[in-house]
Amino acid sequence: MARLNLVLALVLLACALSVVSANHRARKLFTELEAGQKRMRDLDVEWGQLQLEQSTLAAHVRVATVAREKLGMKPPAPGQIISVDALPGK
Amino acid sequence: MSRSIKFSKSPLLSQRLPPWRQRLVLVLLLGGFLTLIGRSLYLQAFNNEFLGDKGRARFERVIDISATRGRITDRHGDVLAVSTPVRSIWAIPEDVELAPAQARSLAALLEIDVREINRKLATERDFVYVKRQLPPDVAERVTALKLPGIHQKNEYRRYYPSGEVMAHMVGFTGVEDSGQEGIELAFDSQLAGKPGSRRVIKDRRGNVVEDVESIRPPQEGREIVLAIDSKIQYLAYSHLKQALQEHRAKAGGVVVLDARSGEVLALANLPTYNPNNRSKLVGAQLRNRALTDSFEPGSTLKPFTAALALETGKVRVDTPIQTAPGKMTIGSATISDAHAHGVLTVAQVIQKSSNIGSAKLALSMKPEEMWTMFDSLGFGAPLKLGFPGEVGGRLRPAKTWRPIEQATMAYGHGISVTLIQLARAYQVFARDGDLVPLSLARLDAPPLAGKRIFSVQTAREVRTMLEMAVQPGGTAPKAQIPGYRVAGKTGTAHKLEGGAYANKYVASFVGFAPASEPRLIIAVMIDEPSNGKHYGGDVAAPVFAQVMAGSLRTLGVAPDAPQKPLVLTSAEPAREEM
Repeated sequence: MARLNLVLALVLLACALSVVSANHRARKLFTELEAGQKRMRDLDVEWGQLQLEQSTLAAHVRVATVAREKLGMKPPAPGQIISVDALPGK
Repeated sequence: MSRSIKFSKSPLLSQRLPPWRQRLVLVLLLGGFLTLIGRSLYLQAFNNEFLGDKGRARFERVIDISATRGRITDRHGDVLAVSTPVRSIWAIPEDVELAPAQARSLAALLEIDVREINRKLATERDFVYVKRQLPPDVAERVTALKLPGIHQKNEYRRYYPSGEVMAHMVGFTGVEDSGQEGIELAFDSQLAGKPGSRRVIKDRRGNVVEDVESIRPPQEGREIVLAIDSKIQYLAYSHLKQALQEHRAKAGGVVVLDARSGEVLALANLPTYNPNNRSKLVGAQLRNRALTDSFEPGSTLKPFTAALALETGKVRVDTPIQTAPGKMTIGSATISDAHAHGVLTVAQVIQKSSNIGSAKLALSMKPEEMWTMFDSLGFGAPLKLGFPGEVGGRLRPAKTWRPIEQATMAYGHGISVTLIQLARAYQVFARDGDLVPLSLARLDAPPLAGKRIFSVQTAREVRTMLEMAVQPGGTAPKAQIPGYRVAGKTGTAHKLEGGAYANKYVASFVGFAPASEPRLIIAVMIDEPSNGKHYGGDVAAPVFAQVMAGSLRTLGVAPDAPQKPLVLTSAEPAREEM
């Protein structure tokens, strides 16, 4: 009887300790999850800013101005356009 | 020395105590224990709520989860409106104690004058904004200064990268991030996100260590994909702007529709404004004229009169109509043509844009017939696109029409429409006689069938007439585009001012291309051109041609007309001998 009690007491102690360690691990993982989610939000924000930057730089007003003034480009005259037939069967 | 006595020999032990003392101690001890048990029972079982709350209040926190407003993109996914987080720096002036060096470094970061900061902090108020809407990285550096009394607040700011080009379509949001104009207002409920909140456990250092429950999950705003094509929009905007400068006009608008699906590919208005900087905004800039201003369209309505006459079998395409001598008196009023013509066929009436010819066609029909046609074309009632401030124009009930009014309505006077209504009505000619509803949002599948207004034959006959109108001998040879067959109609209308026609004009042009299989419908309206020219064929038609040519090239629509100075080569690869 006394031996059984001792064994049960040891089992109880082991259980209690594993609960503690499991809880600790859960919190650690949760912190990681939180950090990951924060990173996700930050990246989302950065993505939005990059999209904004991209559409600002690629705005047609800007592209047209750069093409015309910096690169000296102009729309082709009708005579300069060569119409190409599509490949047969495609 | 040994005066002490052993405990067991103590004389006190041999004394007999009275038994009540023993019992009294026992009862007192038991009573004490019972009180403790009772108290703990009370705390643990009956009054546990209170203590539980107190405990939770020490480690549980409710935190808000912000939701961002949805983006607005064009049909290709290019961003037209996006929210990014910004920080506002605010201060409690009483708490702030800045050393001159600290004030200088803060001023340098915020890019404002030191005196400005000192002036703001010298107020009596409890709360002042030092600077609003700072980029987050600058705000971080302000945090690093660790100034007492200086705080930060997270906010969102909406940016419109396409600026004034897209201003009327997209609109803008107010300070509280709610839609004020345009799509931002029309689709506000879908764009707006709903912030959520959750309960968490925080440790001493403020880190979240456990998620207890989600009180309300956040709802991110939905992304709205518009039907707008930003390239076509830019073409429409820039050519309209050029034309307005050239003709010193007051205002103007361009609408580009997809003839197949009814999507609005571009909608440009001038004057416009920059939605990112609205400090000097006036009402005239805000007007989305294509939808909110109606005007008397003039000759652009003639094709509908002709179509109805053909449809009801009153005339055929080649029925001759006498328009000489260019004047006609109905009741007490006289109508006239800008240039006198002789006998014209119905097709030539449209090609030469004869008022008298159209009036004669109209007078051969019943007012109710014309009213029913105008009504089914969508005139006189808003299109219900969901856009704020949309108007329906004016179409009076047929019973009140006098003959002179019926005659003038045939060529677009005494009736008013918006530019987008006009563009939409031209669908009947571009789409073989039916009408589909317009859509501001991108459609995944084109609508199957529209509402039939005219027969296929009538629509095609009128289309041929409209093609003649842009050819030499018509009113708008300037609407021609090399490589494509174009169909369209000019309009030049006197403006009504205070009930009388003034010497001011509205020049317009509505047309579509390629005429063999229409893809795009473009309507152009220019208000008060005042640099000598005022005819639709001179003022509005060139804008149409430029926008149409650019748009067709952008969409990769194959040319349907032989081009004279064209060099044709075949890309068929030369075959080698096997």
